[in-house]
Amino acid sequence: MEHLIELANATKRFPNGKGGIHTAIRDVTLTVEPGQFVAVVGPTGCGKSTTLSLISGLQPPSVGTVKVNGKDVDGVPDGVGYMFQADAMLPWRSVLANVAAGPIWRGVEKSQARDRARDWIARVGLEGFEGYYMHQLSGGMRKRVALAQTLVNEPSILLMDEPFSALDVQTRALMQQELLRLWAGTNAAVVFVTHDLEEAIVLADRVVVMTASPARIKAVYDVGLSRPRDVEELRITTEFIDVYRSIWSSLSAEVDIARKVPSRVA
Amino acid sequence: MSLDTSAVLHSGPDGPRSDQDPGDDLSAVHRARRRHAGVVWSLRLVVLVAVFGAWEVLATYVIDPFYYSKPSLIVVRLFEWFTVGTSKGSIWSNISVTLQEAVYGFVLGAILGVILGILLGRARLLAEVLQPFIQALNAVPRIVLAALFIIWFGLGMESKVATALVLVFFPVFFNAFQGAREVDRNFVDNARILGASRVQILWSIVVPSATSWILASLHTAFGFALIGAIVGEYAGASKGIGLLISTAQGTFDSAGIYAGMILSTVLALLAEVILGGAEKRLLRWRPPSQATTTAGI
Repeated sequence: MEHLIELANATKRFPNGKGGIHTAIRDVTLTVEPGQFVAVVGPTGCGKSTTLSLISGLQPPSVGTVKVNGKDVDGVPDGVGYMFQADAMLPWRSVLANVAAGPIWRGVEKSQARDRARDWIARVGLEGFEGYYMHQLSGGMRKRVALAQTLVNEPSILLMDEPFSALDVQTRALMQQELLRLWAGTNAAVVFVTHDLEEAIVLADRVVVMTASPARIKAVYDVGLSRPRDVEELRITTEFIDVYRSIWSSLSAEVDIARKVPSRVA
Repeated sequence: MSLDTSAVLHSGPDGPRSDQDPGDDLSAVHRARRRHAGVVWSLRLVVLVAVFGAWEVLATYVIDPFYYSKPSLIVVRLFEWFTVGTSKGSIWSNISVTLQEAVYGFVLGAILGVILGILLGRARLLAEVLQPFIQALNAVPRIVLAALFIIWFGLGMESKVATALVLVFFPVFFNAFQGAREVDRNFVDNARILGASRVQILWSIVVPSATSWILASLHTAFGFALIGAIVGEYAGASKGIGLLISTAQGTFDSAGIYAGMILSTVLALLAEVILGGAEKRLLRWRPPSQATTTAGI
């Protein structure tokens, strides 16, 4: 059977800058189907993000295969959206120009691209901020721009690399809710990397626990919580706490290992 | 942005007030800022008067004004140039020749520098191969080329344009090169994911990223263009400020040399104002710097 995303024994090594080799991920085998929300958790700096760069085609695997839509990844595959941990919007462009960039680069006519961008800016709740520059927006608003910028391309695969980790707790919960709202009904698959287990459970259908560096898949858990979800309410339900407890017992061992080793780059 | 701050400041008196009455506080801040600016400008005037006054007095009573000239003589010379004309025709025609040479050299040198700098900044292998050659070229005392260019291009404008071009090229080239290399990796990755081609990345990300680097170099580059034009004229020309200076030197007219210096200084300052305005427009997306936001608060 053909999967939307398929990693088979994918390993990625980097030169570590001291003449040695650093293995970011090892033997990762994972499949994701359309409409699935998969969260990848692991200790900080374990190499989780590398999984995303392999799927996005920004980096090739050192060993193993990565397929999207049944085809080996070579360059950025069609239908992939990627929200980075750090802001990647262009500071010299307005909100509108940033959001319209994707469609314009893909050959959509300019006025049409701007209309689509305006529509998405409104959908992420930033109507009226089209002419603002990035430095004039708060951290949460910038995340909304990043979401609009990614979603305007209507991706079938949405890769997210700790997108909300830099936000304060309240804004983070708000953005999680927004993400679920925007994602609902799109049938896009989401691979969401985070070190925050709570975030992972609140958002995802499946939680993949990775080991301390080099990251391997330790266990995969199904989160049997119903949708639609209210992220604030969900956190205090007993179902949530049960799921949290069972996954945490697996993750905490890895976090302990990671703490003993000086942390590498995330 | 400065626009926003001023809007906030002006809304102070009419807007909602706390019991401390921020309107009064703000106008006090404004007053203090104005007073400070007044003090700075008066002190600048004092410095100017002191330096030129001391020179005038010294040249009148102590040192020989034949060698060192003095401010009043320089003013007379400038006045003469502008009313009667110079030995090489009207002063305006001389200024215009120098300015044209500098502007042509500046524009051509800047265009070449930007294009080659950005292209080389993105072509890692080529940059690595050419690095020692470029450094060697940069180490050459390029001003000497003015003499060579007169042999190649003659006494007309071309030789001065070439000198100005060579002087402008290198600083612009190095800054464009550096700017193109230091593009935020994140911007490029994001654009690739969003669907940008190589050319689109170059045009939409690399060039704008390098712009602030390039603009910084353009400030000094126009000064270099003027130097190139004037030194070129000094080495041999039929018109221009450099020629006026060399003629003044030939006739032991030290006031004339100073007058030429003042003219070129004024030209450089005018260009600085124009370039500063262009920079402000191009970089208006930038957050206001720390210094301007916190001043006076």
